Order: sequence, then structure tokens, then C-alpha cells
Amino acid sequence: MESSEIRKFIEQAIAENEVMLFMKGTPEQPRCGFSMRASGALNELGVQYAALDILPDPRIKQELAAVSGWPTSPQLFVGGELIGGCDIVLEMYESGELAERLGVEMPDEDEGPAPSVEMPVSKGPIPLENRLG
Amino acid sequence: MPHAIELEQRIQQAFPGANVHVDDLTGGGDHFRAEIVSDRFEGLSRIEQHKLVYGVFGDEVGGAIHALSIKTSTP
Repeated sequence: MESSEIRKFIEQAIAENEVMLFMKGTPEQPRCGFSMRASGALNELGVQYAALDILPDPRIKQELAAVSGWPTSPQLFVGGELIGGCDIVLEMYESGELAERLGVEMPDEDEGPAPSVEMPVSKGPIPLENRLG
Repeated sequence: MPHAIELEQRIQQAFPGANVHVDDLTGGGDHFRAEIVSDRFEGLSRIEQHKLVYGVFGDEVGGAIHALSIKTSTP
């Protein structure tokens, strides 16, 4: 797969998924604390989102940075627009802005964290590594 | 290996008059947290504010500086 194809894939993922998270690892198995916290915030809000692991190929990270102008992961896009990395996502989560932006209710704090078994399954895009072979 | 104090100085140079504090989160010289209070951030979205800070380090962020956590605010 050429770098230009990877870039196209990334651009498509951003365009086609209302809530798109680029992260290290997967929501089920995050490979970095920052990515874990960002996907954790989305899980807490119970929104459905697509996630793409940037680790399988170093070019994913390069192309993503070129597309977004943002050097690190995680990166959250909502409605095709870069919302931010871990810091901004968590700040917005805590202030309730993220829930508002995503059109969901803040979880009731009395109920504690949502049980992990109910973690929403991230749907599409197809993991990139499956397309690299 | 970058040091917190070096990052602090570089941010300070880029944002004259800013109040800058950088912590080395792990002591390993690769995970940092920067808190910056500057009037340069006035009127900018958080994304734009953070991009300005990342811009100080270019390719180093994600490279030698594995992670740079940022908190920006205005005075």
C-alpha cells in the first residue's frame, strides 16, 4: 500500500465516521495511557465511534499528522473536524462539552463508571493492517 | 535527551511574557506536561492554542519528545 493510499484511507475514515478516533492500540486493548483515556471518555459517554490503530505501520502516523496538522495520538474527529488529542478530549469530557458536542447525556456520576462489558463495539473502518498485505 | 528546563526555555522564547511550566512526567525525558499562560492564546480555540505550542517543537513531538501534554490558558 502506497503512502498516498494510506492518506486517502485516513481522509475517508474521517469523512465517513461521525466520531473517529485514531489511537495507539484499540479501544479494547489500548497500547498507550493517553489513547486509553481518550477512548475511555468516549466509552463512558456510550457513543458509538470508529477507531483506527495507528501502530501497525509507521506511515499511518506520518500521514495522519500531515492530514490533521497534529503531531501525536490519540486524535479525535467529530463530524470531520479535529477536536483534539488526549488533553483536550479529557478537558471537554470533564466540562460536559464533549457530551454536548456528541449530543449525549453526561453519565450519572452516582452510577459510577459504565460497566466495561457494555463498551460499545467500534465499528469500521476495516483495520488498516488487513489492507496492507 | 530533552530536559524539562530546555522545553520550558524554548516555549518561553516562543511566547514572550508567558508563564510557562514544564514537568517531566516520567523522569525519562520523553513524556512531558507543559502548562502555559499567555495572552497569545486570546481568541483562539483550544486546538489552535495547542497547535501553536506543538509548532515550537516541530517533528520532535512524536519523535524525541514522545508525548507532550499541554494545558493552555490566558492570563
